[in-house]
Amino acid sequence: MSTATREAVEAVWRIESARLIAGLARVTGDLGLAEELAQDALVTALEQWPSGGIPANPAGWLMTTAKRLAIDAHRRRIVYQRKLETIGRAQPGHDLADEIGRAIDDALDDHIGDDLLRLIFTAAHPALSTESRVALTLRCLCGLSTQEIGRAYLVSTATAAARIVRAKRTLAAQSVRFELPDPAAMADRLASVLEVIYLIFNEGYSASSGDDWMRPALCEEALRLGRVLAGMVPDEPEVHGLVALMEIQASRTAARTGREGEPVLLADQDRRAWDRLLIRRGLAALQRAESLSKPIGPYTLQAAIAACHARATRAQDTDWARIASLYVVLAHVWPSPVVELNRAVAVGMADGPAAGLAVLDAAVNRGELGDYPLAHAVRGDLLARSGNHGEAAQHFHRAAELTRNAGERKVFTRRAAELAAPEVSAGCRPPGS
Amino acid sequence: MRYLVLLTGTQPGTPPPPELMEAIMNLGAEATAAGVLLDTAGLMPRAGSARVQVAGGQLSVTDGPFAEAKEFISYALYQVRSQAEAVEWSTRFMQLHADRWPGWSGQADVVKVMGPEDFGPPA
Repeated sequence: MSTATREAVEAVWRIESARLIAGLARVTGDLGLAEELAQDALVTALEQWPSGGIPANPAGWLMTTAKRLAIDAHRRRIVYQRKLETIGRAQPGHDLADEIGRAIDDALDDHIGDDLLRLIFTAAHPALSTESRVALTLRCLCGLSTQEIGRAYLVSTATAAARIVRAKRTLAAQSVRFELPDPAAMADRLASVLEVIYLIFNEGYSASSGDDWMRPALCEEALRLGRVLAGMVPDEPEVHGLVALMEIQASRTAARTGREGEPVLLADQDRRAWDRLLIRRGLAALQRAESLSKPIGPYTLQAAIAACHARATRAQDTDWARIASLYVVLAHVWPSPVVELNRAVAVGMADGPAAGLAVLDAAVNRGELGDYPLAHAVRGDLLARSGNHGEAAQHFHRAAELTRNAGERKVFTRRAAELAAPEVSAGCRPPGS
Repeated sequence: MRYLVLLTGTQPGTPPPPELMEAIMNLGAEATAAGVLLDTAGLMPRAGSARVQVAGGQLSVTDGPFAEAKEFISYALYQVRSQAEAVEWSTRFMQLHADRWPGWSGQADVVKVMGPEDFGPPA
């Protein structure tokens, strides 16, 4: 097949597959079957388009083909049932096909937005393991192949396929219906959906370098899903909060790795390389989250913190006092050792290193963070800023020993070396990028 | 990956049919809901534009209109995974014109915006 044809088929698939799967899932009531029918339609396109040419309306073509496959599947199932029931009252096949076809037409024409929303909620159903939720979401909503999912998660294609099969089996075994959660369960289920999207984003964002385009592409996929969800659930602040957080984090992509692929800390990033369009979109999404006059949650708070950095054209312009107070609220709604660590950094910047060390000590004394490499790096930084270079260097050494990320290790080792060399003065380097 | 689509064309002398404008709005809403359309806007006719140019080391400013028959009409910025996908959205957009505005001719140039992926993996 020519590359151009394959690319055209893939492009149409990317644009249409989620709607196709969602429509088919409502008609068949079975997400697994819907996904297979949609895949079969894709395979048919890949077989027929190279010789017959790309149809004038490729999206409509895929829909029609999937519909025909659904009718066939439905008919087989009915014939099978009839045989089981040994009912002899036969109907002419084409009448049945027409009838089903009309029902499918009606179903596919309506509620496209609702169907997509159902698809998002079903793929991220809490009955599934986290990895299955992620794999099913990438497959059904992003149109990724099992091979691409494998590449993105650094697992074999067979493993990725197994996750999807397991997900479909679990949905069938637990009789999970293809429907929206009832209002009482909505908040929990939405949290699960947001978690899946943010997990996908972070998988791409924390990838060490761009050696494989699939991993950075996960960030774009998660962002796209977030934007889609925000359009469908516009009254939930946390949806906009998550979108804002991802837009602002993604805006730093070009600045957060150095020439040799090493991570560049937030304070050291060349802010001219930040993506202004994404920052603008992120700030707008944050404003939508805050303007809903409903209680905000951890995503919106983290976005508000990210926004403080995004608004500062120079690192020294950062509103650390506001960041420190946002961390107090975040620690309240979403208590975690890492939040405390970040709060220690913010307090250290806003009120001086001694105040930051006090927050850090309190967290460490609670038994948290003991062997967490970044905790040692933060302590090293706070100590360096209070003039205690010797002890600071030791903590950077310890951080370098503990981290499993080669890029981070390089940064920590360099800091330790700089601190050991008396003529080099250390700057302010809070962690996080 | 981002693609900038720049639409240029020649007006046939009739105003754009309302059903074309409606279809364009619908397609834009669809692409926005799909999370791929980052930004789009129409552009004023070039009669009201200006050109700042450097030639032979000399800087000059010229006010429009310019001699070219084609006008810039609009731009759209997409975030998609391949050029083929940006082409597919643009094809749908152009098909709306072909179906609804007899006599119109124009072109949509699909240009990749340089991104981090174009700078190659770190050494």
